Amino acid sequence: MPVEHVETRAGSYADSVTLMQVSTRVTAAAGVERAMVAMGTALNLDLLTGMGFALPPGTGPNDLVVAVRAEDEAALALALETVAGALAARPVTGSFATSPPRTVGAALRERDRAIALVSVPGPHAFAEAMDALDADTDVMIFSDNVPVEQEIRLKDVAAERGLLVLGPDCGTAVVAGIGLGFSHTLRPGPVGIVAASGTGAQQVLCLLDAAGVGVSAALGVGGRDLSAAVGARSTLAAMSALDSDPGTDLIVVISKPPAAAVAEAVRAHAATLGTPVRLALLGPGNPDLTAATEQVLTDLGVAVPDWPALPGRPPAGDGTALVGLFSGGTLCDEAMLIAADRLGPIASNIPLRPEDRTDPRAPWDGRHVMIDFGDDELTAGRPHPMIDPSLRTERLAAAGADPRTRVVLLDVVLGHGAHPDPAGELAPVIAALDGPAVVACVVGAERDPQDRRAQMRVLHEAGAHVFTSNAAAARYACDLIEAR
Amino acid sequence: MTHLLDGDIAVVTAGVDLLAAAAEAQAADVTRVDWQPPMAGTGPDLVTVLGDPRRREANAEALRQVSGVRAMLVDVLPARDALGLDERSVLHAGPPIAWERASGPLRGALLGAAAFEGVVEDPEDAAALYASGAISLDPCHHHGAVGPMAGVVCASMWMWVIEDPQSGRRTYCSLNEGLGKVLRYGAYSAQVLDRLRWMSAVLGPALQAAVRAHGPIDVTAILAQMVQMGDEAHNRNRAGTLMLLRDLAPALVSSGLPPADLAEVFAFVGGNDHFFLNLAMPACKLALDAARGIPGSTMVVAMCRNGTDFGVQVAGTGDEWFTGPALVPEGLYLGDYGPEDANPDIGDSAITETCGLGGFAMAAAPAIVRFVGGTVGDALANTRRMYEITLGEHPAFAVPVLDFRGTPLGIDVTKVVRTGVLPQINTGMAGKVAGTGQVGAGLVTPPADIFPKALRALAERV
Repeated sequence: MPVEHVETRAGSYADSVTLMQVSTRVTAAAGVERAMVAMGTALNLDLLTGMGFALPPGTGPNDLVVAVRAEDEAALALALETVAGALAARPVTGSFATSPPRTVGAALRERDRAIALVSVPGPHAFAEAMDALDADTDVMIFSDNVPVEQEIRLKDVAAERGLLVLGPDCGTAVVAGIGLGFSHTLRPGPVGIVAASGTGAQQVLCLLDAAGVGVSAALGVGGRDLSAAVGARSTLAAMSALDSDPGTDLIVVISKPPAAAVAEAVRAHAATLGTPVRLALLGPGNPDLTAATEQVLTDLGVAVPDWPALPGRPPAGDGTALVGLFSGGTLCDEAMLIAADRLGPIASNIPLRPEDRTDPRAPWDGRHVMIDFGDDELTAGRPHPMIDPSLRTERLAAAGADPRTRVVLLDVVLGHGAHPDPAGELAPVIAALDGPAVVACVVGAERDPQDRRAQMRVLHEAGAHVFTSNAAAARYACDLIEAR
Repeated sequence: MTHLLDGDIAVVTAGVDLLAAAAEAQAADVTRVDWQPPMAGTGPDLVTVLGDPRRREANAEALRQVSGVRAMLVDVLPARDALGLDERSVLHAGPPIAWERASGPLRGALLGAAAFEGVVEDPEDAAALYASGAISLDPCHHHGAVGPMAGVVCASMWMWVIEDPQSGRRTYCSLNEGLGKVLRYGAYSAQVLDRLRWMSAVLGPALQAAVRAHGPIDVTAILAQMVQMGDEAHNRNRAGTLMLLRDLAPALVSSGLPPADLAEVFAFVGGNDHFFLNLAMPACKLALDAARGIPGSTMVVAMCRNGTDFGVQVAGTGDEWFTGPALVPEGLYLGDYGPEDANPDIGDSAITETCGLGGFAMAAAPAIVRFVGGTVGDALANTRRMYEITLGEHPAFAVPVLDFRGTPLGIDVTKVVRTGVLPQINTGMAGKVAGTGQVGAGLVTPPADIFPKALRALAERV
């Protein structure tokens, strides 16, 4: 007889990634039918209700909800023990011990030279970021869903104080050799990156790494910085900062094509700097990220290497369609730009043209399609696919079993913050496919914790064609489609 | 200026633990913030107030003002002369309140005050006068004054006069009656009134003569010293009282008072460990009043209670009160008294916490924690926790056990709302039935909901 347990704990808070990981662990426990451990936000309350749990009235966003349905009392007790164990991982301090600071401002009272990394829920990011600026400290805002007027306000305050705001929605940065957010272990070097696109920057950084070229810093500015509203406030400031850095010989600005006036402002600013600036603006008619990286290498007088790649199994069967399953939005964009040129319209949840929009959860109609699993509508209530690849892995299995599929194109992003072994998760699924070919681009640096070479080998041994250039991977996928 | 390209940088993280762990895995020097959501419904107001371009400089200015004030004891005067009170105007602690809503100890003190002034013979007869408004009620805070517990001040009581020599501003507080059955705890028996009469007839004039003969006494300097001698200047004023007595003794002795009166004065002051509280409080008010009316400042300039309501005032919102129901302190009880006997929190004495003393300086006064039922570790933790909600540190009040770090100073409304950490107040407890007197002492906080109210008012002024 199934038993149900719903409990709310007022005043307990844990971040959503941690809680989603706890939920996954509890759901996987023996005898558990459904389980969710989450803060009582409107979204989570909907999900809980949808799962059939009855919530106490008045449950709100500051309450931690533990909801478990198990097959019997013993299984429930075990599940609750798992919850307790997972949540107790947080350190407990005694009365003589110093408690951890409760705000960025309090933490910065005892810190002179620091960067604040803010990843609290978007509506609360402004306060923590402003704390950093008030302490004359630069801030990286990983959080998304920060209103644009708050972004502008923060960036204006930063400008008054000679500080940098990286983000909001800044996925990656490298400062003083430390990778923040989703990032890589890179050698120091002469290239300074300013990036409005997280995975775009990761691709360029990893290709530079493969060519033996390091970076002085990589400063993400957030996907909206080059919009007309924000007007490249952080981009211009970051370019100036890199310009005055003696260790930076070349500045590379990575973005989707901005509004004309903003692009003009960036170009005009670049012209005032002593350090050369290379713009890598990913869009129709512009060089792809690999080509842009090759230009950077040429600028530096470094030979362009053969980008590492390993061969895989050719497609079998009568499938005709290309299915791209991405964790990185810019990588998905780049692949669509290349594939649309060769194969015609690509359906997507982040389409190049509005008419190509498709619902990523709807049944597939057999067209060429590319899905960005990192897009908001697929990450609501679950961690980013770079952290938890399970949703994409399920989709890979489904697409691979569908006779209409000829090629599945994937990105596999390594580095700090990412899943510890993404290739290991994908390999058994790839190995089990007997029809479509799998083309994968591994975005990783030589010394990333996952070991890029080992990850490439695992995918290769499972039968995938493996690239380190996303553009090369996309072209090869098109070759396989056209070769039919 | 930006430090991102200087090399060798520490990382402070707030939010997703995974990202902190990723930075730690790269051997970065990471400080993790134990972030929690702010008080419910405050998000938009927080953004408005934190985005106010005046805020940072306004708060810095407020801190400068408060810590720059040197409080000098310059005189001792009857309230009639100091505050212009007559026998039909009485002051009380806390935010404004009328007789109908007044709690037991405040009513008791008001009844006693009317009898002390001779307006009525039997204290009970005064109830109708207060109810009808024949005797007017007004907060001490509206007259530059503060009063402990019921904080009742009437024309014949003698007041300490504290002055800021730079601006000439003055604040006032009555003389402390001692512990137990006293007016400020709501007792109004004949014994209580007799003591008040002696204080007006002998103590006040003696202190006036001594202060005038001695010249101004630096109360801020005594506060700084007593914090290093185990006092927190709210529930423990032992060192401060003795230092004051040391300063005044020569002038008292040579004042020409009859030896019998002198002996009584020495015995009374020396026997009342809380005597200095009534100097600490107006000194704190004098300092905090310097920050009143700074537009854009989110600093609390007064916290006080009338036994029914807890009220705060904020630098950036003028004289507006933000009030909510006062809580009942938790702590230790005298004799047979228990929690059911305690009145909700009462008194202007939380002005000490507002100024970085009292509960905020508890680490300096480990002896106090036994009085309020805690451990020395609790005392350290209390003070450390208050740094989370304050704008800075008091430059003069240094805590030895914290390596002479200044006490947490300047409660920031936005920080309270963001962290949910409430100001910690050390306090006495009055019996809830009028006439009872003191029943215990303990710890209390303001009601949480007054801070979102203050934040809303700050947001409306941006």
